[in-house]
Amino acid sequence: MAKKYELNEVEVWDGNMAAAHALRQAQVDILAAYPITPSTPIVQNYSKFLADGYVDGEFIMVESEHSAMSGCVAASAAGVRAATATSSQGFALMVEVLYQASGMRLPIVLTVVNRALAAPLNVNGDHSDMYLGRDAGWINLCSYNPQEAYDLTLMAFKIGEDLNVRLPVMVHQDGFICSHTAQNVKPMQDEEAAEFIGEFKPVNSMLDVSNPVTHGVQTEEDWHFEHKARQHHDLMNSVETIKKVFKEFEDRTGRKYDMVYTYKMDDADVAIFALGTTVESAQIAADQMREKGIKAGVVSLRVLRPFPFNEIADVLGNVKAIGVMDRSAPGGTFGAMFNEISAALLARGKSPVVLNYIYGLGGRDTTIEMLKGVYEDLAKSAEAGEAVVPLQQFVGLRGPKLAFY
Amino acid sequence: MVKKIKNLKEFSLSNDRFEGANLMCPGCSHNIIVREVLNATDDPVIVATATGCLEVCTAVYPKTSWDVSWIHIGFENAAVAAATVSAAYEVMKKKGKLPPATQKMVDEGREPKIVAFAGDGGTYDIGFQSLSGAFERGHNFMYVCLDNEVYANTGGQRSSSTPIGASTTTSPAGSVSYGEKMMKKSMVEIMADHGAPYVAQVSPSKWKDLVKKVQKGFEVYGPVYINAQSACTTEWKHAPEDTIEVSDLGVDSCVWPLYEIINERDEHGIIYSTKLNITYRPKTKIPVEEYLAAQPRFRHLFKPENRHIIDLWQKAVDARWEYLQKREEAGV
Repeated sequence: MAKKYELNEVEVWDGNMAAAHALRQAQVDILAAYPITPSTPIVQNYSKFLADGYVDGEFIMVESEHSAMSGCVAASAAGVRAATATSSQGFALMVEVLYQASGMRLPIVLTVVNRALAAPLNVNGDHSDMYLGRDAGWINLCSYNPQEAYDLTLMAFKIGEDLNVRLPVMVHQDGFICSHTAQNVKPMQDEEAAEFIGEFKPVNSMLDVSNPVTHGVQTEEDWHFEHKARQHHDLMNSVETIKKVFKEFEDRTGRKYDMVYTYKMDDADVAIFALGTTVESAQIAADQMREKGIKAGVVSLRVLRPFPFNEIADVLGNVKAIGVMDRSAPGGTFGAMFNEISAALLARGKSPVVLNYIYGLGGRDTTIEMLKGVYEDLAKSAEAGEAVVPLQQFVGLRGPKLAFY
Repeated sequence: MVKKIKNLKEFSLSNDRFEGANLMCPGCSHNIIVREVLNATDDPVIVATATGCLEVCTAVYPKTSWDVSWIHIGFENAAVAAATVSAAYEVMKKKGKLPPATQKMVDEGREPKIVAFAGDGGTYDIGFQSLSGAFERGHNFMYVCLDNEVYANTGGQRSSSTPIGASTTTSPAGSVSYGEKMMKKSMVEIMADHGAPYVAQVSPSKWKDLVKKVQKGFEVYGPVYINAQSACTTEWKHAPEDTIEVSDLGVDSCVWPLYEIINERDEHGIIYSTKLNITYRPKTKIPVEEYLAAQPRFRHLFKPENRHIIDLWQKAVDARWEYLQKREEAGV
């Protein structure tokens, strides 16, 4: 039996330590992982917990991220709780198996510390890995600080393992700015966390020799479509479980989570949409804009997948101008969030000005001044009733201004 | 628990956990090998399979040919799949949380045997990293390579197991080419050098030898590698009814020598002895030419301009047979 880890009411943890403690409290049976900056400390911390007797399960240091996710798939199919952590190139190497995990309906938890994708090689934070895997059929939860990384990692197990869901879950946090920045975190005690998550409920366990089961079949044109449709159906319907788990967590801790995160949106004329740590910076910028008389607000997603289409249209539908911040190289089009948010607004008959900002690539600092500049663009466009700047701008970039459309 | 096997008739009729009702080609060796491996034990078996002929022909939804728990993830990860199922088994055993039926078997001394099957593409090439990692970590499982020396499932492309002179769809023989240019990779020695407790080469035509080796493999703790000759009627292009004869030609010409390598370890895991045993010695070592002549994939080698490749083959096979005998004699 694993030793209880005595925790203070308030701990000072960075995002990696917060995620590692959540994995420890989940008493993961098989954690198969491979180190990569900036998520490495998650598995280092976890290894130390194991070495000190705080974990009963097994940590398998495999030879690649491909094997890390493959090991999680096999362990989960064997009917045990499995999790891992990764970033960037490691995430990219896992992509093949991410689709296998979701297609095989295995509730694996993956803590992703977001980092840029090469080339050029870069170890710092942006969201290109998150965007790469967003359509892999996983539930995607987004945190902005270590407390949320902890909370959402605990909740990820409970959501994914719910028998109505049975899907893998990713929990995102920003590389370095969240993962390596120590902040106050209020943890649950071990027994309360264990009670909250609950025992793992094996389904079609390969280890049950009385019930042979075939995992990972082939389906061609006769059945593949039905399988993928069922998977999408259940991913869409996981919203119900996600909301239920958010509520139960709020009842226990007082910390409230919703599908969409909003800040000062009740009377906002202009809004920044962003993901990750930028959400907190944008709130400071919004406050400063409000001092100047501009009604600024902030919107983010707590749940990137399943995408809260209606909620996004509702919270952004009545503002005059929106700046959608995409922290990933758009690769020949608009940023992914710009496209998704624009689609939600259009489909619901809303037509605010929507501008796209590409920012923070490879860990480029995102300043309050920069975000205030975005609000200035938005305020001018709101007043004119149309975009007074190009629809897509690169902000925080050195050299000549870069803009498209 | 080691299963007692009296004779072929009894063996062929014993507890069948892999159904012949599948989509494999008539005359495919894979079927024979898998049945021989699974029938070597009466203990529970759990199987992982790489993408390949065996996988696509035995688990097409909503049907399955497997009456054991079975998993397929991808092409390159059968080793880590089996290894992690093994690790999951050990964790649950330690925690006392095995499913009741499984716990009962364990209490009776019948621990599940965890086996990975993959072709040579999934073993020598794309799955090699996963295989090497799983063996280095020392998981308790058996890995069986169904070696038909070609990517048969995707239409007969060369792999690093394809022997010199074979005509494949990506190393075709032509007016200026005798086919594959490279010698086959020495997978058995490579896996033995990982320090695995037991490594062996087998042929389905020598079923007793195969079963004995599989049983030895099941008795040791740690990763076991079995390299199984898998004559491929589709890509070696022999007649379906000649599978066993072609396999025997391979064994009797010493193209496919049957041997085992045992790494014995002390209680600290240090290998104190490595022994290579040749387990089958042909009464008359037949010329390699006869083995090649039985397979149209080598037909072009019999043209005058390519005869030197047959000579090269014979030299290579003789040298390798000599090497194995020397190792056996030296007890290393």
